[in-house]
Amino acid sequence: MTVAQETASRPSVSPGRLVDLFERGLAAPICLTWELTYACNLSCVHCLSSSGRRDPRELTTAQAMAVIDTLERMQVFYVNIGGGEPTVRPDFWQLVEYATAHHVGVKFSTNGVKIDAAAARMLAASDYVDVQISLDGATAEVNDAVRGPGSHATAMAAMRNLADAGAAGFKLSVVMTRQNISQLDEFKAIADRFGAQLRITRLRPSGRGADVWQELHPLPSQQRELYDWLVGHGEDVLTGDSFFHLSAYGSALPGLNLCGAGRVVCLIDPVGDVYACPFAIHSSFLAGNVHDGGGFEAVWRSSPLFRKLREPGDGGACRSCGHYDSCRGGCMAAKFFTGLPLDGPDPECVQGYGEAALSSVGPGQAPRPSEDHSHRTAPRREPVPVTIGRRRLAPPGETPPRIPPERGCDESPLAGFSPR
Amino acid sequence: MRPEPFGALLYHFGTRRLSFLKNQAVLAVVRSLADHPSARSACAAAGIPDADLPAYTRALAALRDSRMITERTAP
Repeated sequence: MTVAQETASRPSVSPGRLVDLFERGLAAPICLTWELTYACNLSCVHCLSSSGRRDPRELTTAQAMAVIDTLERMQVFYVNIGGGEPTVRPDFWQLVEYATAHHVGVKFSTNGVKIDAAAARMLAASDYVDVQISLDGATAEVNDAVRGPGSHATAMAAMRNLADAGAAGFKLSVVMTRQNISQLDEFKAIADRFGAQLRITRLRPSGRGADVWQELHPLPSQQRELYDWLVGHGEDVLTGDSFFHLSAYGSALPGLNLCGAGRVVCLIDPVGDVYACPFAIHSSFLAGNVHDGGGFEAVWRSSPLFRKLREPGDGGACRSCGHYDSCRGGCMAAKFFTGLPLDGPDPECVQGYGEAALSSVGPGQAPRPSEDHSHRTAPRREPVPVTIGRRRLAPPGETPPRIPPERGCDESPLAGFSPR
Repeated sequence: MRPEPFGALLYHFGTRRLSFLKNQAVLAVVRSLADHPSARSACAAAGIPDADLPAYTRALAALRDSRMITERTAP
């Protein structure tokens, strides 16, 4: 949903609003997220895609290239590549090169694990590849609590490499939480220090995020703080259009202020499933698969789900609210995964209607994400207890007692073998 | 430039900016710019009434400002 700051140029010759044109859908997505793998070296507590382990059905290199061919034919300008951690795919750089050679620009998100000096130099030299480093705390303390031990250091090292290589204008991407909203100025300072652009996005209750949303999502007072900060920084800070629910505070934030699911946005997941948006990995929002007859193009143009999402809505329970025109009911995925009706208020509705609605959702009533590729084991945080046996030492002058072998082959690989 | 039901979408790989042509008439004008000596002549050929010219001037100026269209260099 990075339509936001890129819509500055609107050579209008008709009074029709873009929002109204876009609600009916486009010939191809503007903002296509493509998650290349569910494999990840981290286990962030709020991972949208519940990533960790690779799925054995993930697209092969040839299949991924065929998808790129389709995107080129559909004139998709660029893809937002994510995961999982996309750079751990052995063919990652090959696919990036293939996409840009086929007129599909690449923006990719990474935790920085593979952005060493050489990768940074390569990225600095490319005109069609943008990189986005994820960091969810300005300090290691705040970041690592969410993204895991060492992840702050990894991201900072990657940004240092990018800055040293002269890859100016890369993005520092932050998911705003209750714990880091007070660090907004520090994030801006980090971005400025590395010559990067700050991009902040909204925490969604999607994937593993559903499990931690109650503890991590900003408090109402923090939402106001965030809105004021965004208004103060204008187009200086990117938001991927993700805070349009805050527009109900007053003036609209830069961007389309529209839920683009299935209209301007969609997601291709690592196995080729096409979902309405990156925050909606659930069977209710599954439109098809790139392997289906007609491929991605047919799914985008004519899947029943996408057609339905492009029908004009009437605002439902929000229709009578004076702010509906600015927030348009908020985020579909945020409503869905908190158990709220899709035609009602956003759970973080700044007018307070969301909180009221949430109070009527009983425990366990919210839908669970349908895919889970989380690591099955968590890395140990403490030493592993082991007992190391010691050979009994013989007193000086004595030969040590002979301990018989447990099996014959411990002494000779030919034990018990008698050639005839 | 990608045709859309309402007009077209333009993306500039240098500036990473999107622009929108919100109807078919302005799309026709932009497409034919290279074949005409001036924007005014392109508008006339596309059948744009004089009264609408200020709106088209603004639209083309916005495209120029975002470097989607540039003045052609002398042949």
